[in-house]
Amino acid sequence: MDEFVNLKATELRLGLPGTDNVCEQRERASCNTNINKRALEADAENESESSRMKTETSQPRKAQIVGWPPVRSYRKNIIQTKKNESERESQGIYVKVSMDGAPYLRKIDLSCCKGYSDLVKALETMFKISVGEYSERDGYKGSEFVPTYEDKDGDWMLIGDVPWEMFVCSCKRLRIMKGSEAKGLGSVV
Amino acid sequence: MDRRFPFKVLEHIFSFLDANEDRNSVSLVCKSWFETERRTRKRVFVGNCYAVNPLKVARRFPKMRSLTLKGKPHFADYNLVPDGWGGYAWPWIEAMAARRPLLEEIRLKRMVVTDECLEKIAASFRDFKTLVLTSCEGFSTDGIAAIASTCRKLRDLELRECNVDDLGGDWLSYFPETSTSLVSLDFSCLDSEIKLSDLERLLSRSPNLKSLKLNRSVTLDVLEGLLRRAPQLVELGTGSFSDELDPEEISKLTKALSELKQLKSLSGLWDLLPEYIPVLYSVCPRLTSLNLSYATVQMPDLVDLLSRCSKLQKLWVMDMIEDKGLKTVALCCKELRELRVFPSGADLDEEDVALTEQGLVSVSEGCKKLESVLYFCVQFTNAALVTIAKNRPNFRCFRLCVMEPFAPDYRTQQPLDEGFKAIVERCKDLRRLSVSGLLTDKAFEYIGVHAKKLRMLSIAFAGDSDLMLHHLLSGCESLKKLEIRDCPFGDTALLENAAKLETMRSLWMSSCFVSFGACKQLSQKMPRLNVEVIDEHPPKTRPDSSPVERIYIYRTVAGPRQDTPEFVWTIHKNPEVGVSRLSTR
Repeated sequence: MDEFVNLKATELRLGLPGTDNVCEQRERASCNTNINKRALEADAENESESSRMKTETSQPRKAQIVGWPPVRSYRKNIIQTKKNESERESQGIYVKVSMDGAPYLRKIDLSCCKGYSDLVKALETMFKISVGEYSERDGYKGSEFVPTYEDKDGDWMLIGDVPWEMFVCSCKRLRIMKGSEAKGLGSVV
Repeated sequence: MDRRFPFKVLEHIFSFLDANEDRNSVSLVCKSWFETERRTRKRVFVGNCYAVNPLKVARRFPKMRSLTLKGKPHFADYNLVPDGWGGYAWPWIEAMAARRPLLEEIRLKRMVVTDECLEKIAASFRDFKTLVLTSCEGFSTDGIAAIASTCRKLRDLELRECNVDDLGGDWLSYFPETSTSLVSLDFSCLDSEIKLSDLERLLSRSPNLKSLKLNRSVTLDVLEGLLRRAPQLVELGTGSFSDELDPEEISKLTKALSELKQLKSLSGLWDLLPEYIPVLYSVCPRLTSLNLSYATVQMPDLVDLLSRCSKLQKLWVMDMIEDKGLKTVALCCKELRELRVFPSGADLDEEDVALTEQGLVSVSEGCKKLESVLYFCVQFTNAALVTIAKNRPNFRCFRLCVMEPFAPDYRTQQPLDEGFKAIVERCKDLRRLSVSGLLTDKAFEYIGVHAKKLRMLSIAFAGDSDLMLHHLLSGCESLKKLEIRDCPFGDTALLENAAKLETMRSLWMSSCFVSFGACKQLSQKMPRLNVEVIDEHPPKTRPDSSPVERIYIYRTVAGPRQDTPEFVWTIHKNPEVGVSRLSTR
C-alpha cells in the first residue's frame, strides 16, 4: 500500500484550506501555539480580555478550539457563571466612605479587612483620626468620631454590633460621624 | 398439506421479540415473515431521520405505538453543525398524524421541533402518553402548554437539555384540573420561573408521579413543600440548592427528604452549598443514581456525600472530585456501573492538577461492575490505560477525553497507542469508544484488529495518514457510527472502503483533507449513500482537489433530502450535475 505512505500529501496542516500554514506533527509545542492562534473564535476573544492579562507569559492551558473540549454548551455556561461570580468577588468589595466636613469621599475595600479592628485601623489611617475602642455598651465612647454604616434597609447603624460577615453583606456605605451628632450614637443612654 | 406456520402462530411467536435488531433480522427471512413482523411491531426506532421516508415507515407498521427518531449528527452537541442544518420533526409528525392516530409515544433526539409540531401531536393522537425531547430545539413553552392541556392521558413529559424559547411558566397551569395521569415530568432545561402554586397544585393532583425534575429557578425554600406533596417520588431533580435557609427550614427540608422512601435518583443540586450536604444524608443509602455535575462543591464535601452512597450505580460529577474523591468512590460505591467526570473549567496550573489518571485507575480497581466511563482529564499515561484495561475487561463504553490535543503520555512522551491497544484488546464487549491524546496510525490498526463489537467511535486530532481510516473501515466489523474531526487523512482510504459506508449509519468528518473530487466519486460509486458537504463556499467555485470543511455521509433509501439549507450541498449521483441544490421548502 505504497500510496498510503505518501505522508507529505496527508501532512497535518493547521490552516484554512488553501493556505500554506504547515506544521510538522513532531513539533508539538509549536503546534499547540498554532492551534491556540488559529481557531480563536470571535466571542472567545471578547471573554479572554482578563485571561489574556493573566496568561501573558504562558500559553493558555486549554486551547480555545471550536467545540473542544467536547462539552455541551450549557455545561460550559454554568462554569462560566461560577467563574464570573468568583472573579467579581476577588475584585474586592469597595464601599464609599464619607466623613463629616471632608471635601470629598473615599473608597475602602472591605474584603481586605479581616475584621472590625482592621477596618477601624484603616479608617483611622485614611482620615487621620482616632476612633477609639468599641464596646457593646458604650459604642465608641469618648471619641469625637464614630464610624457608622448604611445597611440594606437604609438605616444608619453603628459599626461593630453585628458579626463581621453579616456586616460585609449588608453594608452599603460608610460614614464617619463627627461632633455632637456623633454623641447621640456613640453612647447608649 | 400446508407446511407453512399459520399466520396466527407466527404472530404469537413474534410478539415475544422485543429487540428491534432481532425483528430486523426476522423480517429478512422471507416475505411472509416480513409481513407478519411488520404487522406486529409496536416500537419503531429510526436512528437517522433522513435514512427513510416517513410515509413508508407509517405504512409499514400499522400497529406502531411508539416512535423514536434521531436527527442531527452527534457532533452537533459541540457546535460543529451550523444552525439550520436540518433534522425537522414536522414531516414525521405529519405522516404519523395522518396514518397512525393510535400512536402513543414519541421520542426525539437532536431534532428541530416547532410549536406547530407539538400542536399537531396534541390534536392528532388521542391516546398520547409519552413525549421525550432530548437536545431538541425550535419550540416554545406555548407548544408545551398545548401538549399539557390537550393530551388527557399524558404520562411522560420530558424536556432533556433542550433549547426552548421560554415565554414564561404559565404552561404548568394548563394540565387538566382533575387528577392527571402524569408519571414523569422534566422541565429542568427551562430558564423562567414557574408559579409555585401551579406546581404545588399539579403535584397534589398527580398521584402517579414518580419522576420530577425541576428547573434551576425553583428555589430551595419551596422544595420542602413540593416534596410533601409527592412523597412517592423515585427520581428527583431539585432546583437551585443555594438559598439561605434558617435552621427550622433546614430541619423541615431534611425531614421531607428522609420521607422519600422510594427515592433512587437525585439530580439538579445547582450551586449546592457545602452546609446543605447533611440535608441529603438520609437519601444517600438508597440512591442508585446521583448527578452532581451542576454542584460546584469541593472534594471534602463530595466525599462526605459519596461515602454514604453504597448502592450507587450511576455517578456524574465534576473534576473537583479529584483523585482523592474517586478513591472514596472506589472504596464505597461497589455497585458503580457508570461514571462521568466533567471538566469544571477551573484554571489549571501544572501543580494544581488534582484530577489525574490515578482517579480513574482507582475506580477501575475498586468498582468491579464499572462498564461505562466518560472521563475528562488534562493528561494521561499508557501505563494507566493498561492497568485500567486489565482491571475492567467488562467495559462497554469507554470515552476518554485528554483535553490537551496531541498530548502524549506525560511520563514517557510516547503516543497513547499502547494504552488504547490494551483497552480494545481486553474489553471484548466494547460498544463505544472515544479516543484522544497523541495517537499514530498504529493505534487505529489496533482498534481495527481488536474492536470487533465496536459500534461507535469518536476521534479528534489523531493519526498520521490515510492508513488510520483504512484500518478502521476495513477492521471494525460492527462499526455503525464514526465521527472524526481534525485528522490528516484524505481521499484514498475513503474511496477504497466505500462499500463499508453502506453498512454504517453515518460517517462525519470535519477539518480533515477530503477533497470535493473524492466526494463526487464516492457519491457516484454508492447509490444508496447521501454524501453531504457542509461548506460556506460553494464547492463549484473551488478546484476538485481542495478539501471541504465538513462531510456527513449516511446510508439512505430515501434519496437526497429536500430540506438542505444553503450551506449544505448534496453531491448528485449524476456526474454531469455535480452538485444538487434541490427545491427549497
